[in-house]
Amino acid sequence: MTPVKSKLGLSKPKIAKARELAADIAAPVQEFIDGHTTVTIERATLRLLGADGATSDGVPVPNLIASQCADKLSGGAARYYLNALIKQDRTPAELNKEIACGLDITKFELTDLGRIRNKAEEAVKGMDARIAGNVAHRNSELARNGGAMKSPLIYVIVATGNIYEDVKQAQAAAGEGADIIAVIRTTAQSLLDYVPYGATTEGFGGTYATQENFRIMRAALDETGSKEGRYIRLVNYCSGLCMPEIAAMGALERLDMMLNDSMYGILFRDINMYRTFTDQFFSRMINSAADIIINTGEDNYLTTSDAVEKAHTVLASQLINEKFAFNAGMPARLMGLGHAYEIDPELKNGFLYEYAQALMAREIFPDHPLKYMPPTKFMTGDIFKGYAMNTLFNFVSRATGQSIELLGMLTEAIHTPYLQDRHLAIENALYVHNTMAGFMDEVEFKKEGVMARRARQVLDETIEMLSDVKRRGLFSAIETGMFAEIKRPRDGGKGFDGVYEKAPGYYNPVEDFLKKKLEIGRRPRAASRG
Amino acid sequence: MLIKPYGDTSGDGAVQLSFTLPVKNCGRAKEAARLYAQKLGFHKVDVVHAAALSEEFTFFVAYGKTEVGLDYDKVEYAEAVNDCMSMDAVNEFIKTHLRRKLVIVGACTGTDAHTVGIDAIMNMKGYNHHFGLERYPMIEAFNLGSQVPNEKLLSYARQVKADAVLVSQIVTQKDVHIKNLTELVELAEAEKLRGEMLLVVGGPRVNNKLAKELGYDAGFGPGTYAEHVATFVARKLHERMSGKK
Repeated sequence: MTPVKSKLGLSKPKIAKARELAADIAAPVQEFIDGHTTVTIERATLRLLGADGATSDGVPVPNLIASQCADKLSGGAARYYLNALIKQDRTPAELNKEIACGLDITKFELTDLGRIRNKAEEAVKGMDARIAGNVAHRNSELARNGGAMKSPLIYVIVATGNIYEDVKQAQAAAGEGADIIAVIRTTAQSLLDYVPYGATTEGFGGTYATQENFRIMRAALDETGSKEGRYIRLVNYCSGLCMPEIAAMGALERLDMMLNDSMYGILFRDINMYRTFTDQFFSRMINSAADIIINTGEDNYLTTSDAVEKAHTVLASQLINEKFAFNAGMPARLMGLGHAYEIDPELKNGFLYEYAQALMAREIFPDHPLKYMPPTKFMTGDIFKGYAMNTLFNFVSRATGQSIELLGMLTEAIHTPYLQDRHLAIENALYVHNTMAGFMDEVEFKKEGVMARRARQVLDETIEMLSDVKRRGLFSAIETGMFAEIKRPRDGGKGFDGVYEKAPGYYNPVEDFLKKKLEIGRRPRAASRG
Repeated sequence: MLIKPYGDTSGDGAVQLSFTLPVKNCGRAKEAARLYAQKLGFHKVDVVHAAALSEEFTFFVAYGKTEVGLDYDKVEYAEAVNDCMSMDAVNEFIKTHLRRKLVIVGACTGTDAHTVGIDAIMNMKGYNHHFGLERYPMIEAFNLGSQVPNEKLLSYARQVKADAVLVSQIVTQKDVHIKNLTELVELAEAEKLRGEMLLVVGGPRVNNKLAKELGYDAGFGPGTYAEHVATFVARKLHERMSGKK
């Protein structure tokens, strides 16, 4: 992305100060993360080493192994799987079948660590080759189809519950100009402590994220992409109780983006904070290794709180998300920090505030593929008004160079999008993007105008808030409702019992590999540019 | 009074339509759209726009006129007996009449692991575009999640001085929910909490009648949103407060 000259007159030292505060906030949390693992991190590790499949009742093999390990998880599950591969002299596929039929792999006596390490090296090499192959394939497709990321990329959602129906809708949308397809997950999948197995045709308001469903949609989008001469990106949800496992599946099946936020699960899904922080780190390492762009969920703050009063909570969260992502070895070019167009349409000059906020995000995060979310909170059954609001949203998106634009649907508050709703949304976006293609370079803003003053105010409020969070510590800040006005106790929420302090001798060859590949711990974490 | 849609002349019966047909966009498809609108009962159908959504789907915008009229005098509509306030109205009501934040604790109790019901009512995001209690500025909501023992729910409720306790029961095999719900009421009575806080139960096999039989203040079945529950709790507390005065 090209360097941006500040049109809002934001103070560079203040931006640096805000980043410094975010780093101070993340540091003690990162210390906790480094000393812990979780049940889903162990399962993700197993998946990346080859564990897959499920019993006839649908219990996934990685979950079976995790139950067999029980408290031994604190030492890492990988050694038991690798040991069983050696002892039984099986391929992962063969071993998975036996585990699904009832084989307990923790029963085998552990062979010497040298042999386990050799086996791990072999498995990790295979995983690395597959993921690197996916990255290379994506890059060559993108290069073949024009190279640089066009901006904004058009992002639409499918949500039928049936993966085969999703395919039809996704292919239609891609054919019309969508660059990115997100398959919404079924209600409450984020609260399942396992990833369902196989192709699925039933879901509520969305479709199960399964590795097979990933594969089906990937193939469909590749097919449409080659027909259209564009690479179509696929998105899923790397959030909830299985964050690292979804990341692992996405890396293996060449997803291109993942919704992945360091605090969303805590605030909006009541998942335990220790669990979420630990999981987000591991999942972000996988996403980084697989060159997957993350999308953070700051838009949610604004559906909860007032978008004018609480605008600074968005920037504060973006900075915290950024720091946690840097800590996980992620470069800025993979950080799709989120924000949204959610100001009450009745508010005078609301558009100017939206414009200022979006431009401020662009100026503070120049290298980041920002994810911009459409109006939802103030969408009603008046589809015509909604369409007008979406047009202004498209305007701001283009005028501020947002990177990933989730298109608003005129039927947002009514039903999951009809085929024609998506068509109208894409038509609107393409019209606006084209008709004002050069707009951004044509305008400057008054130094003391509404927009510049607004952006400065939000930055000041952000610094104030981050200072307060730093003083209290992030855990306490969340406990006291400083984010999204939601209070979550540190030992409450779902998934707390799946957090383990790493035992002495903790062994995880996937983690070791990722940390080495991403140079985590080798360079100072303070780097603010990726 | 006979009424018909009004376009630009009284009684012209003008209606605007948009729909998608699963055919490739072509002249024949447009004609099919016109005939289809005619079949719906419109005449003078004009298909003004046709756009391909893909090789297999076409989107149409059409106008037609209808002869169908309706006698407005014969339209009956009874206002819902249980009128329910919006989120904003509930907050205003609490501000004005109760003048402090209400504390509501919810859980899915017993062995039941399904949080979908309690989450729909309590979680910030709510359900089906109806925000949950956590989003209500005048309500402090604590969602304890699933498989919460009755004792734990009550002790937590006491600790945070709850005004109301919400219990969700999804699993009803062998009437396990009845046993569990009865136990909670008995516990609440034994601990003398019954007068202190409202007890509300919800679930797919629950209704108000069953709830009252079991000793609860209210029961909510399918189709319930946070505002239903919030309206009930706010009004009931207000009723009690005014009663005490």
